Amino acid sequence: MVRATINGKVVEVEKGTTILDAANQVQVKIPTLCKHPDLISSAACGICIVKVKGSSKMLRACCTPLDNAMEIITHDPEIVSIRRTVLELILSKHPNDCLKCGRNNNCELQRLAADFGIREELFPKYLKDIPKDESTGSIVLEPPKCILCGRCVQVCQQMQDVWALSFLERGFDTRISPAGDIKLGDSPCVRCGQCSAHCPTGAIFEQDDTARVWEALQKPGNYCVVQIAPAVRVSIGEAFGFKPGENFTRRLYALLRRLGFAAVFDTNFGADVTIIEEASEFVERFKNPSPERPLPLITTCCPSWVDFMEKFHHDMIPHFSSCKSPHQILGVLSKTYYASKYNLDPARIVMVSIMPCTAKKYEITRTDEMFASGFQDIDIVLTTRELARMIKQAGVDFPALPDEDPDHILGDYTGAGVIFGATGGVMEAALRTACFYITGQKLDRLEFSETRGLKGVKESSIEIAGNRVGIAVAHGLSNVEYVLNQVREAVKAGRPVPYHFVEVMACPGGCVGGGGQPYGVTDERRSKMSRGLYEDDLNQPIRSSHENPQVQQLYREFLGEPRSEKSESLLHVHYKARPQYRK
Amino acid sequence: MKEGNDYHQELSGLLAKWKDKPGNLIMILHEIQNHYGFVPRQLSLQLSALLDVPLARIYEVLTFYNYFKLEAPGKHKISVCMGTACYLNGAPEILRELKSILGVEEGHTTKNGLFQLEVVRCLGCCGLAPVIMIDGKVYDKVKKNDIIDIISKFTRSKEPE
Repeated sequence: MVRATINGKVVEVEKGTTILDAANQVQVKIPTLCKHPDLISSAACGICIVKVKGSSKMLRACCTPLDNAMEIITHDPEIVSIRRTVLELILSKHPNDCLKCGRNNNCELQRLAADFGIREELFPKYLKDIPKDESTGSIVLEPPKCILCGRCVQVCQQMQDVWALSFLERGFDTRISPAGDIKLGDSPCVRCGQCSAHCPTGAIFEQDDTARVWEALQKPGNYCVVQIAPAVRVSIGEAFGFKPGENFTRRLYALLRRLGFAAVFDTNFGADVTIIEEASEFVERFKNPSPERPLPLITTCCPSWVDFMEKFHHDMIPHFSSCKSPHQILGVLSKTYYASKYNLDPARIVMVSIMPCTAKKYEITRTDEMFASGFQDIDIVLTTRELARMIKQAGVDFPALPDEDPDHILGDYTGAGVIFGATGGVMEAALRTACFYITGQKLDRLEFSETRGLKGVKESSIEIAGNRVGIAVAHGLSNVEYVLNQVREAVKAGRPVPYHFVEVMACPGGCVGGGGQPYGVTDERRSKMSRGLYEDDLNQPIRSSHENPQVQQLYREFLGEPRSEKSESLLHVHYKARPQYRK
Repeated sequence: MKEGNDYHQELSGLLAKWKDKPGNLIMILHEIQNHYGFVPRQLSLQLSALLDVPLARIYEVLTFYNYFKLEAPGKHKISVCMGTACYLNGAPEILRELKSILGVEEGHTTKNGLFQLEVVRCLGCCGLAPVIMIDGKVYDKVKKNDIIDIISKFTRSKEPE
């Protein structure tokens, strides 16, 4: 323990605690800009400087550990004035585009400028002339708005191990750029959007497709349908002052009807169908593994993970589940099953997906298989952040809306479907159904707590009918390599593989921590949102996908058996190796 | 430009020499720069795969140090001195004139590959300011109007076709 004073208040903290964290314990808030709780402090911005009595140097509170007997002063007129100058220098290299910026009203730099009462520009403006990069279709890069905090670079290189973003050049000329100074769309970028979720300014943000949705809703003759992903229901409330984790499912259904959608579906229903197909695939491999269809089976609901695997780990393709992600399944079913059931022309159906994810914008045109209905199965993807903007534009008092039900076809879901939004959820949902398929009996337990929580890699084994089933759950792409190497090494040494089933989600925390979710995500928020989903699961009368009566009806009326010829052609895909660099 | 595979042999020689030594990336890039006069993109991509170093990291190094070039060097290298004496005696105007005549920014090579325009800090002959150096020869007390004549000497003296 170390003992010191901060602004005269005695503070005692564990050795190694930073001055910034120690100050929090005595209710002192030191302003920060480049610091993010997910990341290692880079000390890039200089806003958090403090004085130590007896030293003429100022220290950066975010990365200096508190030492014994230090007397720290965090605020005096001189410190405030220096912080203001630091801010003015940052602003001298930042365009005054706030009114037209995607981060207007939600920007960490703008907030500081407001707090410090910046009213005039004392330094001459120097703006970088670098064009916007919209080449990914998911994420927009605007380097002139970058303040060089380094968050996106750390996220992309360390947290996600993708290495699509880097700093180029040095000193005054330093800029963020896709790897090797090409377009982001030609780089290894997997469009996870974690850079956009961590950027403090408008330098990286999601491609905004709200205008396309408004247009589709207005166009006469269109039959607009919509689906919401599990993670969205526990995060949308944040835009209206509610706590993360609070569940708005039924108000979202009401809202989407008010916006003008003719039918409101739930991606959780698609998740239930995914489980039927994927659990069948797992059981088949588990009983009878072959070199073409080996164990472990690896989940593929996450489009960033699929892209990452195709670029970086394509030797694992035979392990990949061929099953489409829940929203793609719902998309193709809406333009086939639903259309024929209600005698609708699928050409008139416009399917909009509300997702916590920027990569879903890319997934909808990824391969020809995303056009399995004969049309583009999903027409437009909106992120949670875009939906929040649409709600505000529509003038709906969202929190006060009455609860409504979804459309019952493609809308009713089980507890297994809703936990897809949390890391480990797909695994848990699949195990519930796989156990039933293997034993033919109702399970004595539904909850697999070994899959839950925010640990980067969760390894364990469970027992099904006397067989050991090894499982691994990884989230955050930098955690993937360890799991895959365990499998590779075992295969090479001729040992049995350590896992039979592996789940991967690209974003830390799974979809609740997705790149399209509200800003300011931390582990605390990820936990709260996950808890919201697990509570929803607990409250469902039916908690296993194969017991969903609507899903059973779908198979009876349309698909036949799981993995039937029809489901293979509509609900499954193939993978191929792709180059990391297209240029 | 050579096709990707042509570099392979030269790279494997370099790798044999440096593979297991710490700090090898920058040493290999040095050797490539010395050999070709620049670091071809194709080579960076191959090096990235062979050393298991992301291309992003290689370009971070390449663009950090002025020494590394990403474009093939021009046939004639023009260095404009921007040291204090030259700067005060009109070097910025000389540089502007060169940029406008050649149609390139500093650090780049003209499309026809003839000239490479560089800015240097001090050539050590401040008494002659402002100076430019072309292929090692110093041109002293240069005026804006001299530039076109100096350049045209190099464009006229083409090798017989």
